Amino acid sequence: MGSYILRRLLQSIIVIIGVTLVSFLALQAGGDPTYLFVSERASLEEIEATRRALGFDRPLHEQYLSFVGNLAQGDFGQSLSYRQPAIEIVLEALPATIELTFFAMVIALFLAIPLGILAAINRGTGWDGSITTLAMFGQSIPSFWLGIMMILFFGLYMRLFPISGHVPFLAPLIAGEFATALGNLPRTIFHLILPGIAVGAYSLARNTRLVRSSLLEVLEQDYVRTARSKGLPEMRVLIHHALRNAWLPVVTIVGLEFGFLLGGVVVVETVFSYPGVGRLLFAAINQRDIPLVQAGVVLLAGIFIFLNLLVDLIYIRLDPRMKLAEGRG
Amino acid sequence: MIDQPDKGVASTTRETSSRRAARAMLQARWPVLALIILVATAIAAAFGPVLAPFDPNRQNLLLRLADPMAAGPDGSVFWLGSDVLGRDVLSRLLYGARVSLLVGIAAISVGGTIGVVAGLLSGYFGGWVDDLIMRLGDIQLAFPFILLAIMFLVVLGSGIWNLILVLGVGQWVTYARIVRADTLSLREKEFVEAARAMGDSTTSIIFRTILPNILAPLTVIASFNVASVILSEAALSFLGLGVPPSVPTWGSMLAESRDTLVANKWWLAVFPGVAIVLTVLSFNILGDWLRDFLDPRLRERT
Repeated sequence: MGSYILRRLLQSIIVIIGVTLVSFLALQAGGDPTYLFVSERASLEEIEATRRALGFDRPLHEQYLSFVGNLAQGDFGQSLSYRQPAIEIVLEALPATIELTFFAMVIALFLAIPLGILAAINRGTGWDGSITTLAMFGQSIPSFWLGIMMILFFGLYMRLFPISGHVPFLAPLIAGEFATALGNLPRTIFHLILPGIAVGAYSLARNTRLVRSSLLEVLEQDYVRTARSKGLPEMRVLIHHALRNAWLPVVTIVGLEFGFLLGGVVVVETVFSYPGVGRLLFAAINQRDIPLVQAGVVLLAGIFIFLNLLVDLIYIRLDPRMKLAEGRG
Repeated sequence: MIDQPDKGVASTTRETSSRRAARAMLQARWPVLALIILVATAIAAAFGPVLAPFDPNRQNLLLRLADPMAAGPDGSVFWLGSDVLGRDVLSRLLYGARVSLLVGIAAISVGGTIGVVAGLLSGYFGGWVDDLIMRLGDIQLAFPFILLAIMFLVVLGSGIWNLILVLGVGQWVTYARIVRADTLSLREKEFVEAARAMGDSTTSIIFRTILPNILAPLTVIASFNVASVILSEAALSFLGLGVPPSVPTWGSMLAESRDTLVANKWWLAVFPGVAIVLTVLSFNILGDWLRDFLDPRLRERT
């Protein structure tokens, strides 16, 4: 098991190097990157000065090494539009994004499990049909459009939920203001409902289908038939024999899930004017604020990689077969 | 001589399977509806200029934000309303089909080609070639795709070819993994051995003997893939990273609709979204059906 963990750690490090390489090369992909950092009306002298100041006159490998060196110290350079270190701005917006992603994840997982089970045990009936049809739709709706539709219906027409904004919970919690954080919590959740559903819907749909098909497969196994023929009540068969094995494939994709969710977060935040990293990225894209885009992208990618690693390590604790395989090898 | 009977068998099974496919599809009903929607979208994309009642960029500042079915200029009708610059929503929607379909299909062609070649090489040669290609794939999958796309498009600049390139390169790993697995199992089969014994070149074995036998499952992946690429394209267009503003796309129409949302100009937000959902849903339904159809295990169970 130790060797697996070691290999997995090594793989994560390689991936992180890959991420830095890609974000470095992205800068170079459009030709001389100096032009990304100066205004359109800059004089030749200004361009030359910027090029030297940012080190774009040096050989590529030197540039890459200093780029990585700076990243390691959390230095992504100055944001062009805020005139302050890009990483500070991103970190300020990060708690809001974590709240949204986490909330969407909860929706995507905790609704998917009962819905998937319901569809599987009622296979071929109206329940199954409506759940699978809904799931098919869920996988075909752009998250941001779902957000817009919910704003129109639940926000503007029914006036049930706020259509924009955010009440911080994590930020005061980190600052140690527990009373404020707890006091905010109900309103935090209230503001998260619409954007959370918009971000989580795609994953919810996919997970529901996954739980359903995984459970259906397990229900056909010999040991489930044995359990049934012993005369065990169906509920007990389901909980003690089938579900235990059916949820492993679900755990596997939880890590990858964050990738999908992050993709949704970036666009959905813009729809709901939600003050997170996504909306920041959107603004940075439009102002071509490259350091800010880089800081946001690399930070989100880093979190994603870390969570993936975490999930994999949890997984080997959950699946006894993994331990066995490692023990033999 | 040796691969002759093989070819014969392959072509007859293909013939009967295509007829069987048609029959199975008619029985399933949903995929037929999906196909009809896709054909309609393709017609909209191909004949947009003929079908569209207006030039999609023609502004009519006197008839801004007209309701659906409202009278347009000179006795014409804005069937789906007009936008904030008085442009006809229906015409823009028809033109938007072009971008979605073109980007979707071109991107999976790019990604599919890279992926299939990479998978064939990886599976056939094994060893360090395999390691290198598969680890590259792992690295790419470890990076949330939309972030990668954002970073490259911000630097490269928007434009349809950059969009196709970035979205295409984003897809290759899926193809490579599946092709690799199939190639691994095929390369030990008798008919590949036979081709080798006949003295066929490696290129010929890979592309003429193995490739034709692994194409079927790729159609399933391709179908799901077009769906997800169209979704990504819409998201990137929504963020302003798609094609230039002069080209109407469903994603950018939705981005523009945000400003008039509070004023309840619902048609600007509803119609482009419906177009995206119908197209993506159709590709997903088709992919689902194809998978069940091609996988005999699943077919027997139902």
